[in-house]
Amino acid sequence: MQLDPTTLTWLIPVPPLLAFFLIVLFTRRSRWLSHTVAIGLMLVSWIMSWSVLAQILGREHFGEEGTIIAAAQEWLPLGAEPLKMGVLVDPLTAVMLFFVPLICLMIFIYSVGYSNFQKPADPHDKPGEPPHNGVEPLYSRFFAYLSLFAFGMLLLCVADNLLLMFIGWEIMGLCSFLLIGFWYARKYDDPKQITPRQAAVKAFITTRVADVVMLLGVAYLYSATGTLSFREIMYAEEGHKLIELAEMASPIAGLSAAGLIGLLLLTGTVGKSAQFPLHTWLPDAMEGPTPVSAMIHAAAMVSAGVYAMIRVYPILAATAEHGAEHGLTPPTLVLATIGAFTALFAATIAVAQNDVKKVLAYSTISQLGFMLAALGIGGYVAAAFHLMTHAFFKALLFLGSGSIIHGVEHGMHHSHEHIDPQDMRHMGGLRTKMPVTFWTFLIGGFALAGFPLVTAGFWSKDEILADAWAHAPIVFYTLAIAALLTAFYTMRQITMVFFGKPRTAAAEHAHESHWTMTLPLSILAVFAVGIGWVGIPEKFPGLGGLLPNFFHEFVGGALLEHPETLEFSVIPLATSLVVALGGLGLGWWVYRNAWAKADDRDPLEAPLGPVYRVLKNKYYVDELYDWAFVRPAFWLGEKLFSAFIDRGLIDGLIHGVARISLSLGLAIRDWVDIPVVNRTLSDGSGEVVKAVGREVRVIQTGRVQQYLVIALAMALVIGAVLAALNGVALVGQ
Amino acid sequence: MTGLQITFLVVAAAILASAVLVVTARNLVHAALWLIATLFGMAILFVLLQAGFLAAVQVVVYIGAIAILIIFAIMLTRRVMQDTGPQTNSQWWLGGLLAAALLAAIAYTLFRVDQQGAFPLANVPIPDSSLAELGKALVSPDFYMIPLVVIGVLLAVGMVGSIAIARDEREKE
Amino acid sequence: MIPLSWYLALSAALFSVGVYGVLARKNAVAILMSVELMLNAVNINLVAFWHYLTPTAVSGMAFALIVFAVAAAEAAVGLALIISIYRRRQTVVAEDVNLMKF
Repeated sequence: MQLDPTTLTWLIPVPPLLAFFLIVLFTRRSRWLSHTVAIGLMLVSWIMSWSVLAQILGREHFGEEGTIIAAAQEWLPLGAEPLKMGVLVDPLTAVMLFFVPLICLMIFIYSVGYSNFQKPADPHDKPGEPPHNGVEPLYSRFFAYLSLFAFGMLLLCVADNLLLMFIGWEIMGLCSFLLIGFWYARKYDDPKQITPRQAAVKAFITTRVADVVMLLGVAYLYSATGTLSFREIMYAEEGHKLIELAEMASPIAGLSAAGLIGLLLLTGTVGKSAQFPLHTWLPDAMEGPTPVSAMIHAAAMVSAGVYAMIRVYPILAATAEHGAEHGLTPPTLVLATIGAFTALFAATIAVAQNDVKKVLAYSTISQLGFMLAALGIGGYVAAAFHLMTHAFFKALLFLGSGSIIHGVEHGMHHSHEHIDPQDMRHMGGLRTKMPVTFWTFLIGGFALAGFPLVTAGFWSKDEILADAWAHAPIVFYTLAIAALLTAFYTMRQITMVFFGKPRTAAAEHAHESHWTMTLPLSILAVFAVGIGWVGIPEKFPGLGGLLPNFFHEFVGGALLEHPETLEFSVIPLATSLVVALGGLGLGWWVYRNAWAKADDRDPLEAPLGPVYRVLKNKYYVDELYDWAFVRPAFWLGEKLFSAFIDRGLIDGLIHGVARISLSLGLAIRDWVDIPVVNRTLSDGSGEVVKAVGREVRVIQTGRVQQYLVIALAMALVIGAVLAALNGVALVGQ
Repeated sequence: MTGLQITFLVVAAAILASAVLVVTARNLVHAALWLIATLFGMAILFVLLQAGFLAAVQVVVYIGAIAILIIFAIMLTRRVMQDTGPQTNSQWWLGGLLAAALLAAIAYTLFRVDQQGAFPLANVPIPDSSLAELGKALVSPDFYMIPLVVIGVLLAVGMVGSIAIARDEREKE
Repeated sequence: MIPLSWYLALSAALFSVGVYGVLARKNAVAILMSVELMLNAVNINLVAFWHYLTPTAVSGMAFALIVFAVAAAEAAVGLALIISIYRRRQTVVAEDVNLMKF
């Protein structure tokens, strides 16, 4: 059956949404049915995506007008131009469609094992808490949320305009809130440790702040160009709109409209992709179940931020002279600075973390910084390439860490210890206990570190470094140091978890996870190695040219003008070899004999001293924000608004009015009513005053009809005032 | 004064009278019956306005469904609501005052607008195919297809919602 | 020929009667009935304007139909709410349902 690829593209996001509704409405009582629906429909989505890919990969010069898939429907008649909603598959989307559905599918399958589907329900488990040793109590709900998340991501991928993309973006925001807080009832003994509920709120609010700014950017773009469609803005009339935007002045002096829009959109990405200074939510988001971490950090949300930036890159880089041509503009400068800084900043933090997932979280932040830095200096293709390879190996690493945690938890069940199953100090020697997890994690870790030639991470990181070398040496040096640290902390993690002797009884009793967990690991491991080969630079000594540099040609087609191929330079290549191997070797050398016991100190702690403490506490950014934002907000809320304005001012006013009217009423009764009216007139007027007083005394009665009376009266008054002001010339001038 | 105008005046008077009775009748069942009378008068008005289809819909939907639904609700809740005693709340006079003010405001506006001759009367006969046009417009993406779909969703949600709300919680156990 | 203003006047009167009912009636079902009167008044306006001003367009009729549908949905949900309140609190007097009190 050969469906029209355009129709197929429209349909790609639909199955997961369908799965969400099916599970929520019908199948939630049956665990088996729920995950079958979720996985089955995700499979459908994946097949559809890849069949679209299969059809477009055969097209010559894919990316040029006429060869891409683009279709739009009028959706909202707004002003002169109706707002259109549509789908777009150009080379960049194709890349996303290649890895997003596949990784989502792997995560779905993995979740079956992760949620202990094969085990009976434990009567001690409560909904909203992680299961002890039975099946997850909210099993079906988990799959429903995952499906909705996948829907948001796929919608974002195929969207042809910023608004639709933003809708997918926000759906993911909601789902990440629901999923991070999935174990909403979980509490810790240590009151300082952040609970899943708090982490969810934190993630939601942080990204929301950024999203509002981004929405401003979207609105500004619409008012400036009258369209939100990617292609119309970036390709119409050979980039004419971009030049127009770059020439238009913005309200901020010295910044063009394109620059301001770019900065606003960029803020959205800084929040979503957890870049400094809005990165703090991401490590805390590790409170969610591990498949969620993989989903958020690899396949979906954070990639979405980078994807959005790659998508709107022509706007960011638009200059009046060149249109979409490469050049350093305020947004790209900011992008490169934030990216490079975050890459290094997060990598240093990752060195001092002991939580297996936290290390990966900071490494994600750091790798996203790599991508944004690459984009900022014009490495469009390199950023997309690293986005794809990173998605594979980071998903692999997260799922692997979940498998490790599972194994340790299993061991805890045997040994009846009460330890933190995520703390790497409590592990060690898992190499023989969990062989599949070990080998796949090793592959993922080496890919992250950029182990030369065989892993995907090497090729993409090499391309970023080469770009940086050619365009911005400062960025190059920063990233090189970050890459060295990456290899170092990766080796530290692998050594701590898998090598040496088991440091606790739990680690002693750990054993390999269920096949539903190890199968996705193995599949992802294959991609973490192989996917890099599509982008080997053509001038690479020896290997270059054996395989054509397919990726560069392909993704480059998404731009109006193909980016030029870089001249081969030996310095970045040598650097990436040195930092990868050097970092790995250094890590092995420092940590191979560290930690004989679980409570030993980190070998770096003594030589680094206070620096280590700063790193371990993540540069105290959380504390700083607490001091600078949270507490003043609380203070404002509690002291100023609640105590002073609310209770003092407003309540005082209300009480005052009440008291005045009461005393007035009393006065009238005492001085007017009783002596004058009662004796002379009937009781009537006194009764009226009392009735009015009773009505006015407390306006908030909770009676809807009274509210309606007031509303209508006010409407009439306003109408009368307006009519009087307009001289009663109401219509028909 | 033409026959048409006389018909209108009679129907209008009937509508207004029964509407007043709807909001004043003590016995709620009577009020519901007066509501049906009002709705029927509306159907006649639609015929006068050459909107026969709407008249039919008025009878079928309003009288056939909504009014019957209301009567059901009255019957179901009848035990607590004796027909004796006042049927108005304590602020009825305020409501009356406001309603009168509203009427005065609208009437004044109407009067002014009419004086300025602001309504550009079309003075074209209604085309015979207007119902067919309406049908086409309702399913055409250029006109009202999306509102129609939205209305469909609204009705479905309303239906499910009312079942969910009105379901007896005690039955569950 | 009936003048347009007659229809508009009738609509205004009917609307005001409905407003009075909504504001003054005690029984929640009666309030709902008054709302139906108001919706009908709107419909008179829609159809009358259509008939006199834009007979060749279909917008007036289409909107009247939408009002029908909204009225049906509103009646269904409103009555369900009333029945639910009645079941819990044994009352259909709108004034007694004042949980949103200050």
